[in-house]
Amino acid sequence: MINLIYLTILFPLIGFIINGVFGSKIKNEKVIGVIGSGAIGLSFLIVVFAFFETLSLPVKERTHIVELFTWLKVGGLDVSIAYQVDQLSLVMALIVTGVGFVIHVYSIGYMHGDKAFWRFFAYLNLFIFTMMNLILADNFVLMFLGWEGVGLCSYLLIGFWYDKDFEKSTTSAAGLKAFIVNRIGDVGFLLGMFLIYLVFNSLNFAEVFSRATTFHISEHIFTLIAIFLFIGATGKSAQIPLYVWLPDAMAGPTPVSALIHAATMVTAGVYMVARTSIIFASAPTAMMVVAVIGVFTAFFAATIGMVQNDIKKVLAYSTISQLGYMFLAMGAGAFSAGIFHVMTHAFFKALLFLGAGSVIHSMHEQQDIRHYGGLKKYMPVTYGTFLVAAIAISGVPPLSGFFSKDEILWYSYTNIGFVFWLIGVITAVMTAFYMFRLQFLTFHGKSRFDEKKTHPHESPRVMTIPLIILAVLAAIGGFIGIPELFSGEHGNLFHSWLEPIFKSAELKLSYFGSHSHFEEYLFMIISIVGAVAGILVAGYIYLRKPQVADRLSARFKSIYRLLLNKYYVDEAYDATVVNPLVNTSKSFLWKIFDSKIIDGFINAVASWIGNLSSLIRKIQTGVVQSYALVMMIGILLALFWIIMSL
Amino acid sequence: MQIPIEYYLILSAIMFSTGVVGVLIRRNAIVVFMSIELMLNSANLTLVTFSSYLGNSIGQIFVFFVMAVAAAEAAVGLAIIIALFRNKLTVNIDEINIFKW
Repeated sequence: MINLIYLTILFPLIGFIINGVFGSKIKNEKVIGVIGSGAIGLSFLIVVFAFFETLSLPVKERTHIVELFTWLKVGGLDVSIAYQVDQLSLVMALIVTGVGFVIHVYSIGYMHGDKAFWRFFAYLNLFIFTMMNLILADNFVLMFLGWEGVGLCSYLLIGFWYDKDFEKSTTSAAGLKAFIVNRIGDVGFLLGMFLIYLVFNSLNFAEVFSRATTFHISEHIFTLIAIFLFIGATGKSAQIPLYVWLPDAMAGPTPVSALIHAATMVTAGVYMVARTSIIFASAPTAMMVVAVIGVFTAFFAATIGMVQNDIKKVLAYSTISQLGYMFLAMGAGAFSAGIFHVMTHAFFKALLFLGAGSVIHSMHEQQDIRHYGGLKKYMPVTYGTFLVAAIAISGVPPLSGFFSKDEILWYSYTNIGFVFWLIGVITAVMTAFYMFRLQFLTFHGKSRFDEKKTHPHESPRVMTIPLIILAVLAAIGGFIGIPELFSGEHGNLFHSWLEPIFKSAELKLSYFGSHSHFEEYLFMIISIVGAVAGILVAGYIYLRKPQVADRLSARFKSIYRLLLNKYYVDEAYDATVVNPLVNTSKSFLWKIFDSKIIDGFINAVASWIGNLSSLIRKIQTGVVQSYALVMMIGILLALFWIIMSL
Repeated sequence: MQIPIEYYLILSAIMFSTGVVGVLIRRNAIVVFMSIELMLNSANLTLVTFSSYLGNSIGQIFVFFVMAVAAAEAAVGLAIIIALFRNKLTVNIDEINIFKW
């Protein structure tokens, strides 16, 4: 099955082609939906088989390269379409195809009746196709192909309802913003790739990583490469300073937000850092940058998330915040903890988004939580599953979020310092708070909508069953990564599974320092207490005394406004980067450079040739005999020349 | 006694030059056409001359080709002249300078 891994990439492609080409002819939504989800389901099955086959192999033989054909061969550069099946790529592939399949099924219900139902499924399949290329690639070039491909799909799906208004502009503008911001990051990725090729003379993962451990290369070079790659990651994974596109990406349909902007694509940056862990591990400065950006993003996004009123916006900032945790883990050298959080986050955040989609669906596209309330009795399944996800993300044991988040916090304390842990815990408290604010405002209390006009109802089974599946995963998913504190040496299954991948990086980092079990218990208890406190505060404010929230926002008006307006970062970017760029382009590059200089040059050449031609064309008299005369003279001259040269 | 080859060639040259001059200076399209035929036939004469002189029949075979092509060309050319005459009511080449800028 490992050798058939390319089928996991082929099936979504076939699904994309069928739905993309013939979709508009197939009028039946069921057929389109079954083709779209079936393709991903088959991929998932193959990945599962490949996973179990790999699991049955001895640890040393768990990396497989499946080479299909040579793609580029230019000079010393030799790039193949080849897929690497190992512990890390299998984990990611399981997440992408598994969660992807569930979301595909959910979309059949959510997108029911949409005029471009087929286009939606075609794009989703294309996304899975490119995402699988990104994950399974065995070299940087193929990874970059997938990297760009998911960016394209993200753009297409954000702007899926292209004729709809979104906030101050349109969904197409939101898609464009995502694409352009991602491009800025991609420049970093590209520069990193160039530098890697320059230094290691290869773009193949295996070769680069083995050379990175054996070659004598100065730390500065490693730092530079790592920082460039990390710039790429900040674009794709929505970290400061390039996170601004993700909140706007909520313009897309909700399943898209769940699949692309929560569970899979945005974790591509984390995956990339994990994949190139040896390069990052060789550059301590870059690791510090990653950790600082990660923890700061986590904190910063959580503060914004606390006051947003759009249900999807809250989740978007929550995603940014959780991605920050993952980068904190990467920066702390806890690579497998980061990937573990990628997995648990995929479960509970996809669930949160799908639950939000279910709510939005039944509330007639209303997304403002101030107009919800008391939905518990109308939609019990959505309520229950949303609650599971909210508890999981808040980090309450024994749900999955607790295990992954606590592991990250613990390693950030032992490996890089107390401050990181502290900010992480404060963020965790805020996470619990805003999540339960959302939960309470949506499902509890009195309903704040017009019950005569709006009739909330539970979603159909095709939507609730995916919710239940994800809820189960979000609840029990953490048990494969029980901390060694409880499970003994090598008891953390997830860790031991990924260990071979990160071994060389961890050897290089070699964090020493002993920490007692007591410390670990203490820190764990503090973070649990923090999470519970966050939940209780949210409960107190939004269930018991709703007026407290208003009083607080009135009391700290300036802070509240600052948070509500997202620290005015968008406005600052507009003022410093976007508008100057647009204005220079408009007034100088277009009006002067393009239309005066470039057009002027072209027009000058054209009119010069025109003038010359109007002189020369006088020769064309139209009198046949003068042509014959010229011909005759020519022949005579030629004859003369031949005779003379004899 | 055999006529020396120069005689043939000189006659052919005179015929060819007459044809060239005719093409260049005459205004009547029919006459220009006849001059072209004259040039073709001078070439034919040269071919026949050398064929007989060298004792090789290939030259004469070529002459048949040339005559066949000349006949076809005459048919096409005359058709063009007739078509032009119908349009312009003249066969004077000076007045048929429609290929002009």
